[in-house]
Amino acid sequence: MRLIGDKLSSVRGGRVLFAELSFAVAAGEALVVTGPNGSGKTSLLRTIGGLLPPAAGEVRIEDTAGDAPVREQCHYFGHRNAVKSALTVLENAAFWAGYLGGGRDRAERALDAFGLSGLRDIPAGYLSAGQQRRLGLTRLLLGERPVWLLDEPTASLDDAAQAALMTAVNGHLQRGGIAVAATHVPLSLQNTRTLSLQRASASAA
Amino acid sequence: MPMQTLTQRLANPTRFMALSAQLLPWLWGAAAAIIAIGLYMGFASPPDYQQGHSAKIMYVHVPAAWLSMAVYALVAASSFGFLVFRHPLADVSAKAAAPIGALFTLLCLVTGSLWGKPMWGAYWAWDPRLTSVLILFFLYLGLIALRTSIEDESLAANLTAILAIVGIVLLPVIRYSVNWNSIHQPPSVSRLGAPTVHPDLLWPLLTMAVGMTVLFAAMHMKAMRNEILRRRVKALRLAEVQLAGGYARQPAE
Amino acid sequence: MMAFRQLLARDLALAWKEGGAVGITLGFFLVVVTMLPLSLGPDLNLLSRIAAGVLWVALLLAALLSLGRLFEGDLEDGTLDVLAMGPLSLEGVVAAKGFAHWLSTGLPLTVMAPLLGLLLNLPGEGYLILIATMLAGTPAVSFLGAVGAALTLRARRGGLLLALLMLPLFVPTLVFGIASVNAVTIEAGSALPPFLILVAISLAAIVLAPLAAAAALRFQVR
Repeated sequence: MRLIGDKLSSVRGGRVLFAELSFAVAAGEALVVTGPNGSGKTSLLRTIGGLLPPAAGEVRIEDTAGDAPVREQCHYFGHRNAVKSALTVLENAAFWAGYLGGGRDRAERALDAFGLSGLRDIPAGYLSAGQQRRLGLTRLLLGERPVWLLDEPTASLDDAAQAALMTAVNGHLQRGGIAVAATHVPLSLQNTRTLSLQRASASAA
Repeated sequence: MPMQTLTQRLANPTRFMALSAQLLPWLWGAAAAIIAIGLYMGFASPPDYQQGHSAKIMYVHVPAAWLSMAVYALVAASSFGFLVFRHPLADVSAKAAAPIGALFTLLCLVTGSLWGKPMWGAYWAWDPRLTSVLILFFLYLGLIALRTSIEDESLAANLTAILAIVGIVLLPVIRYSVNWNSIHQPPSVSRLGAPTVHPDLLWPLLTMAVGMTVLFAAMHMKAMRNEILRRRVKALRLAEVQLAGGYARQPAE
Repeated sequence: MMAFRQLLARDLALAWKEGGAVGITLGFFLVVVTMLPLSLGPDLNLLSRIAAGVLWVALLLAALLSLGRLFEGDLEDGTLDVLAMGPLSLEGVVAAKGFAHWLSTGLPLTVMAPLLGLLLNLPGEGYLILIATMLAGTPAVSFLGAVGAALTLRARRGGLLLALLMLPLFVPTLVFGIASVNAVTIEAGSALPPFLILVAISLAAIVLAPLAAAAALRFQVR
């Protein structure tokens, strides 16, 4: 399996974020996207995930079983956690597990992996920012998807939670998955390649 | 196929600017001349045997009513063209046409209610046709309000286009329901029947319809030029900020 | 289908837990219906003649209150991004959420309407047809409203804008809903023709509105 970005361009609000960007990530590899604010890291991840159509170029996944569209093969974990504060921790996890095709036992294991088992019956609104972030991260383990798109995943996580995240991502890579992470801080991932985005200076009129 | 080449030439914004600059004075002139002739013919035409001279407001009211619907169809067609072919000029056309269409719709409502006063004894009698036009006016207001309420201009363009298409799908149903409503309510006022148009009245009416359509074409072209210029100014400003090393954000307008 | 059921169940749970949204909607319905006799005076003949119209208009206004929130929470907390990436298509997402809105708003309003009919002196033969038209018409309100909610999601003053956009689009539902009741209570005629048109409008809305709303949501998540 390979994730291919083929001559991708992105334009937002009349501004070219990146142009003719190409990359290929093989199974078991992580692509770390770096660059200053406004260089288009988030837009790149949203483009890969199919949320933002590219101005030019295409994203595809090669040598994979099934013919699901790229967006259905990606987990997107962005700045917002997709957590409902009125639902309990377990209800949140169980909803995404059911929605993404996993079972309840999967929700329990994911909560375990991110150290949230003790809080399972607490409404998520009571959780701290870091705990809510961890609850959001459990979604990565709730449905089987080969490509993980992580946008600043370590933001507001403490050391223990970061370690749990790295364990989860490295496990995913060892199982032959792919991860694309946009980050400012070094991540302790195996088998990484780096894609550095510059701030484009041209303007699209 | 000269028609197609004209469309293709118009579809390029730079060509559009050049061509429209040449066309506009002629359009303004033609509109003024045809409307002047139409008004003269209207005043010279014999008064209606039932309504007297008050029926002459028809020469403004009927073309305005026809334009209110035709312009909405143009907005919907432009919106469709924008959503399907992603041509920026189609969005410029839809955006420019909506306020002008609203203006003609308002003109139709005002003249209709002025005409209604001697006819029905009331400025507003919930005549089904005028009521449909009133709802059309609300649809125009919705289009304008939706576009101005969304900061991100490309998002606003796409959403307004969807609304225009939803509107044109629902308009026949709305029209039908308003008719139904008036037929099945106990009528308290005698309604205006389909105006039986005498040939003496038909020619001035047609002339006015052509004149006001040309007037709309001129206004629409002018508004499209303004919108294209506004977009160019915006792009230049963005470029200037970026050249200065700044981090240009989408400005709120 | 699994994903559809999960989303439906979650939206119903949220409607129940997120603090009395249903209660506020019903309260608003009651208040609007109460204001009319207070402003018109207790003329029972007049009230029974306009009862169906008042109930339908009040129902639409009450439903508009909650429609504004249909996608807002999911956009704010990032849920909409995830929903847009499958496995359920966005059309399916809209259908699930529209159905949940109908169950949590349209249905309670329909149940409450006959009680308010008593306040307006609705003639006895009108209750059955009132309930039937509201059952048949409220899906159109939820699904057409979903289009408006998807369009106004990131607009300033979204709630006011939603009312401006939606009220003209609700005209056919309103007219045929009221006409069905009036056919029985005032004209002593057959309610079947307007009622069938109302059903047709609802069915068309259930099929077509998710297409338009999903198209709008695709632009909203960009």
